[in-house]
Amino acid sequence: MNYDVVVIGAGPGGSMTAKTCAENGLNVLLVEKRQEIGAPVRCAEGIGKKDLERFVEIDKRFISAEVVGAKIYAPDGTEITLTEEMAGNEVGYVLERKIFDRHLAKLASKAGAEVMVKTSAIGMERTKDGVKVKLRRMGEEFEVECKIVVGADGVESRVGKWAGIDTTLKLDEIESCVQYLMTGIDFDPEYCHFWFGREIAPGGYIWLFPKGKDSANVGIGVMPSLAKKPPKDYLDDFVESHYPKGKIVEVVAGAVPVMGEMKTAVADNVMLVGDAARHADPITGGGIANAMKAGYYAGKVASEAIRREDFSAKFLRKYDELWKNDFGKDLAKKRKLQQKLIKMDDETLSKLMRTLKECKLEEISVKAMIKVLIKKHPKLLWDLKDLVL
Amino acid sequence: MPKKVVVNRYRCAYCGACVAVCKFNANELVETFLVIYEERCNGCGICVKVCPMNALEVVS
Repeated sequence: MNYDVVVIGAGPGGSMTAKTCAENGLNVLLVEKRQEIGAPVRCAEGIGKKDLERFVEIDKRFISAEVVGAKIYAPDGTEITLTEEMAGNEVGYVLERKIFDRHLAKLASKAGAEVMVKTSAIGMERTKDGVKVKLRRMGEEFEVECKIVVGADGVESRVGKWAGIDTTLKLDEIESCVQYLMTGIDFDPEYCHFWFGREIAPGGYIWLFPKGKDSANVGIGVMPSLAKKPPKDYLDDFVESHYPKGKIVEVVAGAVPVMGEMKTAVADNVMLVGDAARHADPITGGGIANAMKAGYYAGKVASEAIRREDFSAKFLRKYDELWKNDFGKDLAKKRKLQQKLIKMDDETLSKLMRTLKECKLEEISVKAMIKVLIKKHPKLLWDLKDLVL
Repeated sequence: MPKKVVVNRYRCAYCGACVAVCKFNANELVETFLVIYEERCNGCGICVKVCPMNALEVVS
């Protein structure tokens, strides 16, 4: 079997790539190792409204909840309310990924992409005029040939390594996460909620994302280099103190790459997209929007590469340029900010949050918030100054 | 005794965190099933530290 492009992984990044390729007339195969696209979920399911609306028509079947902003809780209990714009557009919709991911894969297939589920990519080999991708479908191994492979194979990506891009994450470049879908709990459903603190979630945070009136995703991410116990234990402590009467109706685990901007997400015949390219935000951990943007860019560049019959890393660098200009530089800045934040003790963190609360926050952005903080605490935060200049 | 990593399948939530940190490619998430390739695993235990579910353990 011959294709122009083989996309490994049918998450939002992979499906967007396949859809864009197909819309540009390419012969594309979208491969998903699981038997069900979108399940099990490994995500808190939050995404900014503008980001989602840029790529899909909103269908309420895949929207679990809409929120108007975020509430952030400091270790000392200080509470800050951010509007949607100020929260970096990371909140707005809470998705139902099981439905959303399938919807995107369907859009790709409607555009003309071929889809294979319960099919793992188990290897690849460059040939004179392209790539041979080894696949295994329900125990049966076979090969397909293509010109370009797009690795959208998530945090556990193999495609990058096969192509010579070292994507192995260190213990301070990853968030280890557990999440419960809880019901029978009391919270303000208009907001996504975030709890920060070294004691409760070292190197990460605890979240509560509404999924309707009385159910919510309650989860935690911790940085393994700083954590003293597994995230599940931290989360259990939190649930016991905050929602002792809540019922857990689903458990999911996951990991988020938070290393910031990769040097390159391309090699000869290969592009990486989404978590595989470490595109998740180092501060929020949000990755759906960037994955979809990257998928769109990868699809565009793949189409151009096929037209020009140039699949070299040199040509595919166009894709690097596109994602770096769109959000790559932001990833680098957020990584720097993250490195600063994770070192703070709870007292310092609370002090900074109190400063923010004293300002009239309605009128400022995240960038302006950092500016205010630097002004008020120059000694503490001076090294962050180039983030806001 | 050489060290190796074993998985407790009753705890594992097949998330792939351990695969993301293994530079020896000694593990793989096959669909929703974690496989550990003993011949490549030297029991360094980095995967144990990243596992959200505390499902991995180094044994000798």
